Amino acid sequence: MANIGSYEERVNGFDWSVSEKELGYKPGDIINIGWYCSDRICRQGKADKIALHWEGLGGAEKHLTYNDIRRASNTIAAFLQSLGQAPGDRICLFMDRVPELYLGVLGVLKMGGIGQPLYSAFGDESLYVRLENAETSAIITQRKHALKVRKILDKLPHLKHIIIVDHDGKSPLRDREVAFSLEKAAPVEDFDSYPTTAESPSLLHYTSGTTGQPKGVKHVHYSLISQYLTAKWVLDIREDDIFWCTADPGWVTGTSYGLIGPWSLGVTQCVLDGGFSAEAWYKFIEKYRISNWYSAPTAIRSLMKAGDKIIKNFDLSSLRNLASVGEPLNSEAVVWSEKVFGKAFLDTYFQTETGSIMITNFPGMKIKPGSMGKPFPGITATVLDPKAYEPYPETGKIGLIAIRPGWPAMMRTYWNNEETYQKKFKNGWYMTGDRASIDKEGYFWFVGRDDDIINTGGHLVSPFEVESALIEHPAVAESAVVSKPDPINMEVVKAFVSLKPGFTASADLDLEIMNFIRKKLSPLAMPQAIEFVESLPKTRSGKIMRRILKAKEWGEEIGDTSTLEND
Amino acid sequence: MDELKDVILKYVNAEYVEEGGDPVGFDTPLISGGIVDSFSMVSLKRFIENKYKISIPDDQATPEAFDSVDKIVVLVRRFTKT
Repeated sequence: MANIGSYEERVNGFDWSVSEKELGYKPGDIINIGWYCSDRICRQGKADKIALHWEGLGGAEKHLTYNDIRRASNTIAAFLQSLGQAPGDRICLFMDRVPELYLGVLGVLKMGGIGQPLYSAFGDESLYVRLENAETSAIITQRKHALKVRKILDKLPHLKHIIIVDHDGKSPLRDREVAFSLEKAAPVEDFDSYPTTAESPSLLHYTSGTTGQPKGVKHVHYSLISQYLTAKWVLDIREDDIFWCTADPGWVTGTSYGLIGPWSLGVTQCVLDGGFSAEAWYKFIEKYRISNWYSAPTAIRSLMKAGDKIIKNFDLSSLRNLASVGEPLNSEAVVWSEKVFGKAFLDTYFQTETGSIMITNFPGMKIKPGSMGKPFPGITATVLDPKAYEPYPETGKIGLIAIRPGWPAMMRTYWNNEETYQKKFKNGWYMTGDRASIDKEGYFWFVGRDDDIINTGGHLVSPFEVESALIEHPAVAESAVVSKPDPINMEVVKAFVSLKPGFTASADLDLEIMNFIRKKLSPLAMPQAIEFVESLPKTRSGKIMRRILKAKEWGEEIGDTSTLEND
Repeated sequence: MDELKDVILKYVNAEYVEEGGDPVGFDTPLISGGIVDSFSMVSLKRFIENKYKISIPDDQATPEAFDSVDKIVVLVRRFTKT
């Protein structure tokens, strides 16, 4: 039977104390996520249990026990302290999915710092915006990524240390750089984790919005309470399971469920640092006998595209619980996984701001392919009438997904942006920015975003960020960025561009602009389609009417054009 | 053929390898090695199509087909009209 047992019984009279008791936490106690994910597990007698099976490029492998990760995170924490890093300092982790990334997050948490994991494919501009906003005081990175930091260093007066974990001595360290190697450092056996409490800040995850620059979502150590329980009841993680979360810790899924969830449960997890390949992924599952697999619709659709025949080459019988996150999982993917793996992928829904799973399908519960599922016990979710911000009394109507504030992992603010944070709440509800309907059995059905944000491959991209970067290209006069449907990524970025005099549209310019954005912002933000236009549709007051461009891309009704400026 | 390989290798190293990073070789795994992710692969495909005036169908533009310079060369030759 699944860990959750009966959903209805769990929902009745639910209280988060069920999670607190399992973790041995009482309100008012010290709670440090880094300690819970390593030291506590060792104290439970699992010091020699494998915490991490890691595989990287060129066949590199590492297999670390809970005692190894306890000691390594102590060593990192002590090193950060020796540099003068203090509790509350923002410490960025900007690495590929190497062990130092995961151990570094634990180390930062143990010394009371605020971890700021960032996706290592970010270009220097995306990196700068996030480091500047957080006034980050240290960044732990690899030598290949340190080059991006060097480009922006003179604009970051708060950044005191660039800690390079794989310095090879071939070139000298530059200004503010320091080398640190876990292999060479003297291991720190005992480290007193900083006495963080429930509301002590733990992590800062950056998320893109429709307007303005990305926002730093502040999470606290108490988020552990819902991350632990959702990992146990939704991902159905048990004592002897082998877990694989494919998400990068630069995104909230990769920390909430690629680190905190499994390690607070004391389970063995696997990390594959490499690009996507159906064969490599199936081989990885077979090799480690992975039982619980948490991935994303884009990856699942890529696996579908790779075909069913290849699956027959591998023994995937170890798989027991499959789940998906990041964007809605289309029903075809659910039906396909049941056919080829004997199990349906469970669609789960949450956001950077919510910190843990909110609405989800559960093991053992009837699945309606294409549905988001039902609220996690303790979560009051509804769909609001967008005019009155009140729940619809009847089912079947499309409205705004909203959640009653107060669950443990709820964000506490946007960094230095309390005003924008307060706007996320209306009429006593947290507004997700997504739209859905609820059917008669209480299942939620996702419809789309309520704003212009683009969700590509499960990651949010801001049209504003991309447009701002586009006009920095010498050829671009104006641009408008919208989403375009894509069979694998659900949506991709499309840019409409008008050129400055003297520039001519061409295939070469198209590619040049694509690469410009890819390197400046990230591969996710790179427009996968560029359409050169004479002018952009605007209102008489000069505002670009993105929704007309988007409607055309999606084959939808354009709607009211009465405010459109005439040629 | 050698020129084709060299041109593609030079482009991959210029566009997808960080300055000062280890250059890739003809058989270095690009996609499965994490050097070119699935989003960046779109720009690499666009370069190949523009440069050699070919059009690669989406179902042929797989991570496996783009996983090394050698494999990309095979793809280009398949779609280049003689």
